[in-house]
Amino acid sequence: MINFGALGEMLPSILDGFWLTLRLLAYSAVIATVLGTLLATMRVSPIAVLRGFGTSYVNIFRNTPLVVLFIIIVTGGPQVVGRTEFTTLATVALSLYTAAFVCEGLRSGVNTVPTGQAEAARSIGMGFTQTLTIVVLPQAFRAVIPPLASVYIALAKNTSVAAAFGVAELTYRMRSLNEQFPQEAVTRFSGIVLFYVIIVAVISGIAQILERRLAVSR
Amino acid sequence: MSSVLFDVPGPKARARYRAVAVVSTLVLAGLIGWVLWILYQNDQFTEAKWQPFTDAAVLRNLAQGLLLTLRAAAVAILLAMVFGAVFAAGRLSDHRWLSWPSALVVEFFRAVPLILLILFLFLLVGGTLGRFWCLVLGLMLYNGAVLAEIFRAGVTAVPRGQSEAAYAIGLRKGQVMRMILAPQAVSAMLPAIISQCVVALKDTTLGIIISTEDVINTARLIYNDFRYNNAIIVGLMLAVVFIIINYSLSKLAVYVERRLASRGERAVDHSQIASV
Repeated sequence: MINFGALGEMLPSILDGFWLTLRLLAYSAVIATVLGTLLATMRVSPIAVLRGFGTSYVNIFRNTPLVVLFIIIVTGGPQVVGRTEFTTLATVALSLYTAAFVCEGLRSGVNTVPTGQAEAARSIGMGFTQTLTIVVLPQAFRAVIPPLASVYIALAKNTSVAAAFGVAELTYRMRSLNEQFPQEAVTRFSGIVLFYVIIVAVISGIAQILERRLAVSR
Repeated sequence: MSSVLFDVPGPKARARYRAVAVVSTLVLAGLIGWVLWILYQNDQFTEAKWQPFTDAAVLRNLAQGLLLTLRAAAVAILLAMVFGAVFAAGRLSDHRWLSWPSALVVEFFRAVPLILLILFLFLLVGGTLGRFWCLVLGLMLYNGAVLAEIFRAGVTAVPRGQSEAAYAIGLRKGQVMRMILAPQAVSAMLPAIISQCVVALKDTTLGIIISTEDVINTARLIYNDFRYNNAIIVGLMLAVVFIIINYSLSKLAVYVERRLASRGERAVDHSQIASV
């Protein structure tokens, strides 16, 4: 089934794609985390306008297919912002989409901190910002790891949507190598899938280590 | 709104909140206005860009595309339930020769990006199956793997006393699963299954990589037309349609979950099984 000779020949191209996938993943993960944290803070804040904005953002971006977001930003974007590299636009689309899920992951983590903790913080006179930053968030950090890990794994897989929009990342090679190796569909698929499995394994491995390190007994 | 994170505001805090609210409203409104202004500046709101949506033939094509999208999602989720039930049962089996391969299949299809899977299926069997069934097959394999995990979580969540009591009155393994565990698991899994329908519907759009004749393809024919060249507007219209459908489904899932909670049952936590 798998032709290892052909696999060796296509490996440089697959590695090029892997590198671009990693870059898409890294940039989007950082931007989405910052934006998602901001949104999560808005969603628990005492200001109604900010809560409303946070909720609307999550509902809009979580229910829009990523492909539609790519159509608006990657295909339509250049009409508005001028000629821009597809990779940059794809990063923007992936970040905006993933931020909604980061926000929800953080929120579900924060909810696992027992209410007594926040009540105790308030009863000794802490305000909203102090309660959140000194008492709740440090405890939420560990509970947040599993949901955030699955968000980043999903992001890693979602970078593949960029292949349909002319970004030559890992999945793109499935088609671009078709001309050179038309008979080797299974080989190409296996070679490409291997690298996605590596990314997924690394992310869940890191999550497990962090979870063990930060274990708290309650 | 009351929250454990902050007190009921006093007069000073109320004044401060009001100030922050005014500033943040201005900032957010400014941000949205700025985006709209840039869109306007770059001729996104001209008549030509919106003209296709006044054309009855175009609208009919879009509706037909949407129907195909919905059909693909519906067929895929039904097949995925069968696939999920089979592999969840396999993974829960006491026989290693059954549970290990099932686990491998489930974990594999959860780890592979769906768009790559669809493209692979198309290049492999697209000639005989056609584009529609390649898309459905890909959706079935991925969502089936996720559903298998949901089913497994649902069955594992049934209290152990239930199966122990069933074994004690002499039921066999198959009977315990069929008569005792599965019926109790179904209600706990319902919200998760509905949420998975949202994922399946969103993922139907991945057919773009093999040009299935769904609503995305119809949309692409419109915005690639040099007379319109309106990817942003078409994309926004698509987003509105998907948001309406998916938001209603999500609300349904929340409603079902609340009803379960009011009966003292707990729903299966979906968030960490399904990726987005």
